Amino acid sequence: MTAPQLPIDPYNVIITGVGGQGNVLASRLMGRMLVAQDYYVTIGETFGASQRGGSVMSHLRISTRSAWSPQIPHGRAHMVIAIEPSEAFRVLAVYGNAEIQVIWNTRPIHPVSVITGQAVYPSLEEIAQGLNELSAQNWPLEATSQAQTMGNPILGNIMMVGALSAVSDLPLGSDIFEETINEMMPPAKVPINLQAFSWGRAALT
Amino acid sequence: MSIVSTGAKGQTALLMGNDAIARGALEAGVRVVAGYPGTPSSEIIQTLADVASNHGLYVEWSANEKVGLEVAAAGSFAQLRSLAVMKQVGVNVASDFLLHLSEYGTRAGLVLVTCEDPGGLSSTNEGDSRHYAKMMEFPLIEPGNFQEAKDMAAWGFELSEKVHNVVMFRSVTRMSHASGNVVLGEISPGPSKARFQFDGDMMDQMGGPVVTFPGMVDPMHRRQLEKLEMARKIFETSPFNTYTGPNQPDLLVITSSAASLYAREAIDLLHVAERVGLLKLGTTWPLPPKLLAKHLKTSEKTLIIEEGMPFLEDNIKALWTELGPEAGTKQFFGRKDGPLPPTDELNPDLVARALAEILGLPAPTADQAYMGRAAELAKTHAPFRAMTFCPGCPHRASYWLLNSALKQDNRRGFVCGDIGCYTLGVIGCGFNTLKTSHAMGSGTGLASGFGKLNRFGFDQPVMAVCGDSTFFHAAMPALVNAIHNRADMTLVLVDNSGTAMTGFQPHPGSSSDASGGELPSVDIARICEAMGAEVAIADPFEMERAEKTILDLLDKEDGVRVLILRQACALSPGKKGKRLFEMAVDENACLAEECGCNRLCTRIFGCPGLIWDPEAKKTRIDEVICVGCGVCASICPTGAISKKEVAS
Repeated sequence: MTAPQLPIDPYNVIITGVGGQGNVLASRLMGRMLVAQDYYVTIGETFGASQRGGSVMSHLRISTRSAWSPQIPHGRAHMVIAIEPSEAFRVLAVYGNAEIQVIWNTRPIHPVSVITGQAVYPSLEEIAQGLNELSAQNWPLEATSQAQTMGNPILGNIMMVGALSAVSDLPLGSDIFEETINEMMPPAKVPINLQAFSWGRAALT
Repeated sequence: MSIVSTGAKGQTALLMGNDAIARGALEAGVRVVAGYPGTPSSEIIQTLADVASNHGLYVEWSANEKVGLEVAAAGSFAQLRSLAVMKQVGVNVASDFLLHLSEYGTRAGLVLVTCEDPGGLSSTNEGDSRHYAKMMEFPLIEPGNFQEAKDMAAWGFELSEKVHNVVMFRSVTRMSHASGNVVLGEISPGPSKARFQFDGDMMDQMGGPVVTFPGMVDPMHRRQLEKLEMARKIFETSPFNTYTGPNQPDLLVITSSAASLYAREAIDLLHVAERVGLLKLGTTWPLPPKLLAKHLKTSEKTLIIEEGMPFLEDNIKALWTELGPEAGTKQFFGRKDGPLPPTDELNPDLVARALAEILGLPAPTADQAYMGRAAELAKTHAPFRAMTFCPGCPHRASYWLLNSALKQDNRRGFVCGDIGCYTLGVIGCGFNTLKTSHAMGSGTGLASGFGKLNRFGFDQPVMAVCGDSTFFHAAMPALVNAIHNRADMTLVLVDNSGTAMTGFQPHPGSSSDASGGELPSVDIARICEAMGAEVAIADPFEMERAEKTILDLLDKEDGVRVLILRQACALSPGKKGKRLFEMAVDENACLAEECGCNRLCTRIFGCPGLIWDPEAKKTRIDEVICVGCGVCASICPTGAISKKEVAS
């Protein structure tokens, strides 16, 4: 293996959101970017029934040594990417710790319990305050609203990966992104994805 | 095109377990692939269907798993390596044929892949098919990582040819739907010529008729046991059974499948690699007795870590008693004997806690103060997110209609449920309409039974729902039964034009095959009519008309009515990303809590495309989520929600 050493090995990332937000694509994309650089990547995903409006989570284990369990042990995530803001709290309650970092999209998707009025969705101020308390560092990102101006709210997931590339030690630069997205997407969709990645990267640089 | 097809030998790829299995089959030169979709198995057939023409494969989505296994077995009998794929419940459907198949045996390699769902993440049960291997006496293999998922899938065909029997390959959700690095091998072209030989005598495994037959049962059964014995010998030295750890461990861990990844992680977390031996079994039936005896003797304590029921635990204990006094005293731990839980999916934390308990170590702990505060905040900041129908899902409209019709009818009528997205009719998003839910096709079978209870004073109207794919899979015999026996029931066929739950695979009612080629579609309405049912068809999005149709059908007595509620799935390729209507809420007309409707749209209908703004006390449309089906405009009593057709 020629992959550069990681400050923490395995480095554990959780991408969370709601079914349909492109969680799985984001985790595969990151995984492929890192495997191309000779890292071992293990991804655990929930999809199927949970996709029906439910919370979804991808666990990424990045290592120079071996494959790891597709489920991260409790309290041992290093980075959370929340494509839906309230989902960050669900993840932190199980996998969080005082050193954790969080990148979060500010656009809520209301669960049915909120739509029906049985539960209340927290305000963005409350979310920001809660994340300040539970993370060592966190970065809000207006990904969905920016993605809407680009024509498709789902591009928010690519923006989040771009943002991660700016703040983490993982080698997720623009070149390897471009190379990987070219393998994963039909040519017509590549430019808009490059644009989304660059926006996310610039937002946190 | 997928790397599963294009990846070169020696290349390292990030593959999902299911893709690794598909690649392994291609490397083995598989020719015939069949099965029925079901999470977490569906990607294997879909991946192979997408590259079928590149590799000269025949790939089909079969009507059900039994037919799928039969189609694959025909490939094997005609000298082509063949693969059948299903989820755990599908093996039950296929099991009648499986009993006969394994009794006679196979010709070219035949692998039955079962992808199982411990914890029921996408299932209604924790079925564990490994017991079939023991019960029906054929070999069982289970990969312990992603490389093995590919390598063992390929090896399964070789093994099947060595022992002339079907080989069961068992995966679980955390293998099938997890991904990892896989070094690819070479794709084999495989034979292109199929031929079925039948001139030999009945016991001629490669050249006689392929039959199970009275009078032949004993010799065939004996031959089957010889095959199992052969597998046992092969398994004693299989490279897929590995041991890491000291020669005399304080604790021997025996594990398989995804559980072996949790075991490794737990040993790492507790820093006990010097004290714990890890025997990872890739071949789990028949168990290799010499290998197990060798390792069992090294430690007085054995912990068995497996996903599913205590299959290894029971069988290893039985094997230990057979070893007699030489095996020495032993203390076994596992799911049956504790400290692992007897049910639900495992994870690294459960395994680490079990290891710590047995070794007398403190369990790995997280920062309690942090965890306490995070749990508190999760309660207030992460409101419960129940499963629900997608925005624009026709099932929400269908259940709205059925629920309101049954209320208007007011005779305590009820609906028997079935398996698909529409199983969610059990919970709030389907207005709790379903009152029974079991196996594929069972709703119609139960309704057939309820529909005959009138002689016992039963006077409740009986309905059943079933999806279009489920209709072909298992509801047809139940419907025939109901019609023939003159049960009093209404079957509501919620036809959304595909096997939606698992990713929109085609079924016999579709006009395409697994790879997108054209096929004649089998017409559900005509089948039901030919069977003798009275058939009506309605669109659940045209609510007024559909409701009247349902009420008319409920009024009829004696005999079987079929109502086809037809509207394509919101995620179907034809609809996805296209908006039928621009929806808007007239703030002045929306009376919300002031209205007699009591927030019908958000409180009861509950489509995720709607937002309830508690401050303004108005309903709003979530423009990111709404797909513009227009149904909420039909249910708003004040007409505050309007729809405007989107120019195409």
